[in-house]
This record gives sequence, structure tokens and C-alpha cells, in this order.
Amino acid sequence: MYTPSIIAEAVVNGLLTGAVYALVALGLTLVYGVLHIINFAHGALLTCAMFAVWALSDGLGLNVYLTIPPLAVLFLCLGYGLQRWVIGPASHGDDGNTLLVTLGLSIAIENGLLAAFHADTRTLSGDAAFDVVELGPMLLSRPRLIGFGVAVLVAVLLWALLAGTDAGKAIRAVAKEKMGASLAGIDVRHIYALTFGLGCACLAVAAGLLMPTFYVNPRVGNAFVLVAFTIVVLGGMGSVPGALLGGLLIGVVESLGGLFLGESLGQAGIFVLFILVLLLRPAGLFGARA
Amino acid sequence: MLEVRNLVAGYGEVEVIRGLSLTVAAGQIVAVLGANGVGKTTLNKTLSGLLPVGAGEIHFDGARIDTASPSEIVARGLIHVPEGRKIFPNMNVRENLELGSYRRAKPRRAGNLERVFSIFPRLRERAGQYAGSLSGGEQQMLAIGRGMMAEPRLLILDEPSLGLSPLLVEEMFALIARLNAEGQAILLVEQNVVQSLDIAGTAYILENGACALSGPAAELAANPALRRAYLGL
Repeated sequence: MYTPSIIAEAVVNGLLTGAVYALVALGLTLVYGVLHIINFAHGALLTCAMFAVWALSDGLGLNVYLTIPPLAVLFLCLGYGLQRWVIGPASHGDDGNTLLVTLGLSIAIENGLLAAFHADTRTLSGDAAFDVVELGPMLLSRPRLIGFGVAVLVAVLLWALLAGTDAGKAIRAVAKEKMGASLAGIDVRHIYALTFGLGCACLAVAAGLLMPTFYVNPRVGNAFVLVAFTIVVLGGMGSVPGALLGGLLIGVVESLGGLFLGESLGQAGIFVLFILVLLLRPAGLFGARA
Repeated sequence: MLEVRNLVAGYGEVEVIRGLSLTVAAGQIVAVLGANGVGKTTLNKTLSGLLPVGAGEIHFDGARIDTASPSEIVARGLIHVPEGRKIFPNMNVRENLELGSYRRAKPRRAGNLERVFSIFPRLRERAGQYAGSLSGGEQQMLAIGRGMMAEPRLLILDEPSLGLSPLLVEEMFALIARLNAEGQAILLVEQNVVQSLDIAGTAYILENGACALSGPAAELAANPALRRAYLGL
């Protein structure tokens, strides 16, 4: 009944979904790794980005993938501004306050979206979601293949930025040694805001990749952030490679869980894995030991 | 070059520096000495903009810097090598040094890197290694090297000999004297009174956040009160 080709197809589908999960997790882990805060507004910002994709694509008739570059830039600026002029000043340098500010922000955004778009669930019109590509014996969804490719590309770009540019090096420096960074002339507030902006840009890209096969309503981001949070803990808090591999792993586990336990129980597999990792490797797969 | 007038600073309500004045001229080594807790590190953090100035003035190269941000102060060439090194443990030696020129002297990065490597051949050997894996002495070299990448007009060294073996302490003071011989102005903040007075031109002895004694280092070294208080003689 479970022929190898069915299992292989489930694994590949899991990898494809996992790459987009990884992208959402990447934004979360980057902000945690550098600012040392959990951004509770991550889900609400993802919802915003998904609505923006929907509006540009369905409202203005733009190709969904063409909405990604401008939205990524817009969300980079939006995230920069939020951290620099709202979250940063409102939290007065106290991490506890930051949690509350981001939580408050998420409530405000969610309710703003609810007021503007009501609770309706919307999808992109057109039948792109059913577009498949034949790969050997497997039938794969084209939007998911594109999603995988773009997510990997974004991860590589982000890695190149962090490893090869002065701004990226400054981000890594601030992550581990704030005072040393200040004394090297790095403006820590700017780097915090830039990191938050990059996290939001990841969300904008993820939104563009999700919308062809998913729906949007004012609360949709939360489901993804729960999974993304699992990925971040699984991969090791603040670890970029951890978020990538954790994302792929979670995608595969969800997909195989769905195959063996039935679609509705697919996500149960994620949390079984999560509990196992917490029991056996509490710092996560790539996390530094405390 | 650096002039501090009646400086008051500290943490919130707690005053640590209480009316301190000091001057550093170009090309000098000025030592700021004193026991633990007299405010030496607070002074450094205030000079480099990490702590706000409560009252008084700080002038550097003719401009007032007491409201400037840390990165503006770095841009002016006042470079602070902090106590405890504060290097970037998750990055390799070369990247640490490169970040020294993040804000200042960036166009001359390659040449300055070569210069730092020739002063500290050990850092060249370890260029690709994570800074967190270096020994204490190597980390101190890296911290100073990172400071020099910014072509400092004035280099503040906060406890450079702290935690080093006696042999390395000797080396460290020889190195500071050598940098100064090449024209580098240095504000040396130390607990190690004897060796600091040995290489400094002028010295300030801090007590309770204010200057208790100051003058040419050679004179202070011969001062009986100082010898009793700090050298146990």
C-alpha cells in the first residue's frame, strides 16, 4: 500500500513545504539571535504580507511572484521603522517590555486587519494551485517547487549577506558582543532595526510563496508561527542553519505524519518530534549549549 | 588632544566619577591608576559615549564630544579597547579586525590589516580561527589590533594586563611603549601601578571618582605617600 514512490513523493512534498516554513522560521531566529527577543508580532506581520500579496495579485492583477521583490523591500523598510521608532523606544532597553510591545503590536495588527478585511478567508483566483510538474514517477505541485527554489535562494542570499558584507558582519558582531560592537563604531540601534527589517523581508517572500496554494484570513499567520517557533527551538535558538534544516525536517515529518496517520494528524508528528528533541537535545540540533 | 573638565558621571542616580579633570596631549602616554572600584572603567565608558555625561565637559581634538554617540566618537578617532576585551567570539580573527575599521579608516583596511599582522604575528597565524578559541593573551592582542584598525588618534587601553601571565604582562607593556614610540597617543588605565608609571609620561591617581594625585610619572613613582599606598613600601 505505501509503495516507495508514494513515500518518496511525500518526502519531496514535505521538503518543498518545509523550505517555506524555514523561511518564516529564518526571520524569527534572526531576530532572536541578534535582538534576543521573541518577536510575537511575527505571525501578524506574515498575515499582513499575505494580505498585501492577495491585494496586489487579485486586486491589481499582478503576477503573484512579481509582488515578491517590491513587498520584500517594503517589509524591510517597515520592519526597520517598527523596531527603530516603535519597538525599540517603547521598550526602553528592557527585554520584558519588548515582549509586551511585540505582543501588543500583533493584537493591534490582527484587529486592524479584521476591521479592514473582515474574518473572511480569501484565496487567489485562478487555478495555479493545481499546476503540476511530472518528475519521473512523481507529480509535484509547481507553486511548491517554485517556493522551494525561491526559499533556498533567499537563504543563500541571507547567508552571503551575513558572511560577506560589513553590514552582515556587524549583525553577527552585535548578536554576540553588543558593547564590543559599539566600541568598534557599530550603531547598535541601526543594526537591531536592520535585523528586524530583514526578518520582515523574509516574511514578505514567504507570503508570496504561500499564497498560490494557501488562503489568507486575519489570523492565518499564527498557525505558521507556531510551526516556525517549533523549528527555531528544534534547530537551536538563533541558529540560521538550524532554522533551515529544522524547517525541512518539520516539513518532511508533517508530510509523512499526514501519510501514515491521516491528513488531520500530520501536525501531531511535528510536536512528537519537538518533545523528543527537547528531551534528548534541549539546546536544539544546532544550538550552543548554555 | 583630550581634555576632561569637572566630569561627573555614573549609572543612573549613582555617581561614580565626581568632578574629574584630566588632559592628554598628542604623542603622550597618560596613565590613569587606582584600585578596583574607583571609577576607572566608568571614566572610559563615559569618554567613549557608552554612559551619559552627568556634568562637566569632554573636549577631543577641539570639539565637544560629551553628547556624541559611541559611533560618532569612534569616527573622530577616540578608540576604546575595553576591559575584558569584548572581541566577537563567534567570528574569526580576520573578521574581528575588519570590523575595527567598520566606521573609520575603511578605505585603508587592507594596509592596516597588514600592519596589525606585522605587530602581532600571532594573529596572522590564527587569522582563520574563531576569536573565542584564542588564549587570553591572544584575545588581548586581538582587542588592541581591532582598535588599531581604526587608526586611533587616541587609544584608550582599559586594563590591558588584566588576567595575563607575568611574562605576557611584560610583553604587553613593552608593546604599549613601542606603539607610543611610533607616535600613538595612549590613555592607559591600569591597576598595575609600577609598570604603568614606568612607561607613562603623566599619571593621574584616582580615588573615589576624583583625582587624588597627578603629575609627571617619574615624580609620582618617587612620591612616598603613593609608595606606601600602592606599593606597600
